[in-house]
Parts: sequence; structure tokens; C-alpha cells
Amino acid sequence: MSERSDGRKFDELREIEARANLIKRANGSGYFRFGSTSAISAVYGPVEMHPRHLSDPRRAFIKFRYNMAPFSTKDRNRPGPSRRSIEISKVIKEALSAVIEREEFPRAGIEIYAEVLEADASTRCAALNASSIALAHAGIPMRDLVASCSVGKVNGQIVLDIAGEEDTEGEVDIPIGYVPSENKIHLLQMDGIMTKEEFKKALELGIKGCKIVYQKQVEALKEIFKTFESEEVNE
Amino acid sequence: MEEDKSESKLLTEDRKIVVPGEILAKGIDYLPGHGTYKMNSEIRSKVLGLVKIKNHLINVVPLSGGYMPQERDGVIGEVVDVQPYAWLVNINSPYLGYLPLAEGVEEFVDLAKSDLTEFFDVGDVIYAKIKKVTKRKDVLLTMKDKMCRKLHGGNIIKITPAKVPRLIGKGGSMVETIKQKTGCKIIIGQNGFVWISGENISAAAKAVLMVEKESHTTGLTERIEKMLDKELKGDNNE
Repeated sequence: MSERSDGRKFDELREIEARANLIKRANGSGYFRFGSTSAISAVYGPVEMHPRHLSDPRRAFIKFRYNMAPFSTKDRNRPGPSRRSIEISKVIKEALSAVIEREEFPRAGIEIYAEVLEADASTRCAALNASSIALAHAGIPMRDLVASCSVGKVNGQIVLDIAGEEDTEGEVDIPIGYVPSENKIHLLQMDGIMTKEEFKKALELGIKGCKIVYQKQVEALKEIFKTFESEEVNE
Repeated sequence: MEEDKSESKLLTEDRKIVVPGEILAKGIDYLPGHGTYKMNSEIRSKVLGLVKIKNHLINVVPLSGGYMPQERDGVIGEVVDVQPYAWLVNINSPYLGYLPLAEGVEEFVDLAKSDLTEFFDVGDVIYAKIKKVTKRKDVLLTMKDKMCRKLHGGNIIKITPAKVPRLIGKGGSMVETIKQKTGCKIIIGQNGFVWISGENISAAAKAVLMVEKESHTTGLTERIEKMLDKELKGDNNE
């Protein structure tokens, strides 16, 4: 009774791997993996804004693209933007825009590209986490990192980090984007039906998960500089 | 307020690597400097960088990021367009540098007789000073300053602008070391473009890139010297 389809506890995240500095040609890059859901993200900018008419004289314009690789799903995913990916791009862009100090770069544009490499539920969370790492690595001033994970209801039980079958067979799926320093939620979506009490419980559990994710993001960013130090010792 | 005062606390240390959102200090005894912000009496970092504490002022020096034009900076740029009365210069930032005719050349230019490309053409590399940056980030350049000139020949390498101060070193010590060891002419733009000309360009470029990569470590000057000695000896043997 106390176990999930993959043997995790109800309040347990999947294995997390977070890395930064993978793409040399980008200003910043990040990678984030929850079990077998992984996303890579690259940040270019701030750069001159194109198309010109979209540039804002007061703040930077954020371009965000969420895309699923054709090979990321069990059946081949048709390449190119879809209704779903456009919507996800919009919500992630808004979550990140709220933490970036956009006023420091008037008229400029910041381009963020997130690619889902493996999809096994919670892909928007992985994309958001990878993009947060990439933005910080690109040296873009931001008030905090956005940490994200999902919660849901599967077989009447509130569970953390929806994965695999839980996504298709579960009753509710809620991705959460959380900013620890402000204690604010910058992304929250829900499909399914829950009672008010269940929702409160789910949100509490989700924030707990986001805090663990946040720690991993911070470690990934600090790791960039540690790698070098250990190399030096070896020499 | 009373409570804040008693709780003032430094939660970080000098030269520590911090990430955006990381809490640096609490209370009113500390002041937020560059790369930080204050919220609910807590000072937090805004960028990925190194903490620098000066008395009660906390700064975070970024370890990455693009170049933001600042007045009085000397920059190296490439002319990307020639307009009727001005040049547009790529200065490695989201904003193009604007060099008007009056700031570009000293003498009187009769536009009926001459063409601006006689002075600077597209593709030319110049060292210029930033005269003014407006609030909407219009960058006005000038050539009316010492050092400002067209750069002939040589190679340009691009480094992270945040690491330019480290490359220059205390009072120019780092770049002076590289110049002396390699015998190259080196000009560093605050915008992260480094112009190198001379015999041992590859050794000098290697040293510059090494400084960029290892900028956050201590004892770097000695390691650069060692590396250059090794590198130059190898060249002589061949």
C-alpha cells in the first residue's frame, strides 16, 4: 500500500542530476534530469533584439522556446511547435521573467532554448529547472533561481514528482515553479479534480520537493568552479 | 527596527562563490553593493559570482556575463556600418557603439569631397573610449583620448568581460607579465576584446585564455609565468 509503481515513497523525488556549462558556444547552459525525464537548456544574451518591433525600451524581452525532441517520447514526436509546446513556453517564460532583472537591459533580448531530451512526465519542470541554471550561468542578474517539481494524486494518494504511468493513469497532475527567497509560486497548473484540503496538502508537498530541487541547482552552479580546483590538485 | 539591528549578521565570507538568490547578510549593518539586492532586510546576490566585502559594503563580482557599456571605459570594437555622419561599432554588447564624425576625427572633413570610409571602413578594428551612455543605453564613442586609434594587424580574442580586471591585474601586473615574457603588444578593451600583435601571438593568447579560465584562483601570476616559460622554451628548441 505504501509503494508507488516505481517503488518510491509518496513524498520521494526521482533521482536528480543537475549540471551547468555543457554548451560552449552559448553564454550559459544547464541540464536537469528527474529519473528518465531530462532537459537541456541554453541561454544567449543579452543580445540585440530581433525582430526590432518587439524590443521594449524599458526592459529586456525574453524569448523562450520549449521543445520536445522527436526521440524524447515512446512514439516519435512530430517535430516543430505544437499547441502544447507553445503554451508551455509561455508559462515557463512568465515564471522566469518574474525573477530576471529585466530593467538592466533595456531594448535587448534574452534568448532561452530548452530541449526535452527524454520525456517521462514533468518535462516542463525539468525544462524550467535547466533554464534557471542556464540563466544564472550566463551571468544574467536575477533575484533567485526558480525550482520546479510536480505533485499529483494517484489512486487517491497525494504523491510527489509524477512519473511514467502516474501521469497517464493518475487523477491529478500539478507542476509547481517555486522561488525560495521570496517564498512565492511563479508557475502553477493543474489538471484533474481535487478537494481544497487535498490541494493544500499537495502544494505543501510540492514546495518541499522544490526546495530539494533548488539545492541541486545551487550545487550544479557551484560545481563549475570546483571541477577546476580539483584538476589543479591532481596536477 | 530595533530587532533588525540586534540581528545584523554576515552570512557569507570574502571570495566565496555565490549563486543568485543566495543570502549574504541580514540586518541594517550591511549595505548592498553591485550584484546584490536588498529585500526584507536581507541582502542577497543577484548574480553568479565572487563575494567582495569592503567594510560594510557587500559586492558580488560576476564570474560570467556579457559586457554592459560604462562611461570612460576603453573598448575595442569592430566597425560594422558607415553612416553619412557616423560609424556604428560592435563593442561586444547588446548595444552598438555610435561614433559620430566629430568624435572620430580631429581635422575638418569636407563631406562633399571625402568619404568616411577613408578614416574607418567596415571591418576596421578601433580602440575607442565610451564618452556617454544614456539611460536607454545609447552608447556614444569618442576617439579624442590618448590610446584611441585604429588597430592595424594583430589578432583579437574574446574573453568574458567580467574577467578583464583579473587579466589586467593589480596595477596592470598580469598583462605586463605576459607582455614582457612574450614581447607582444597587448591592448585590452573593457568589453572583453583583447588585441594581440607581435611574434609570440599563440603563447600570449594561451596565457590570456588561461587567465580567463582560472581567474577565480589564487597564485595565478606565478602559474602564468611558469606556463609561458615552458611554452617559449619549446618554441626556441624547435
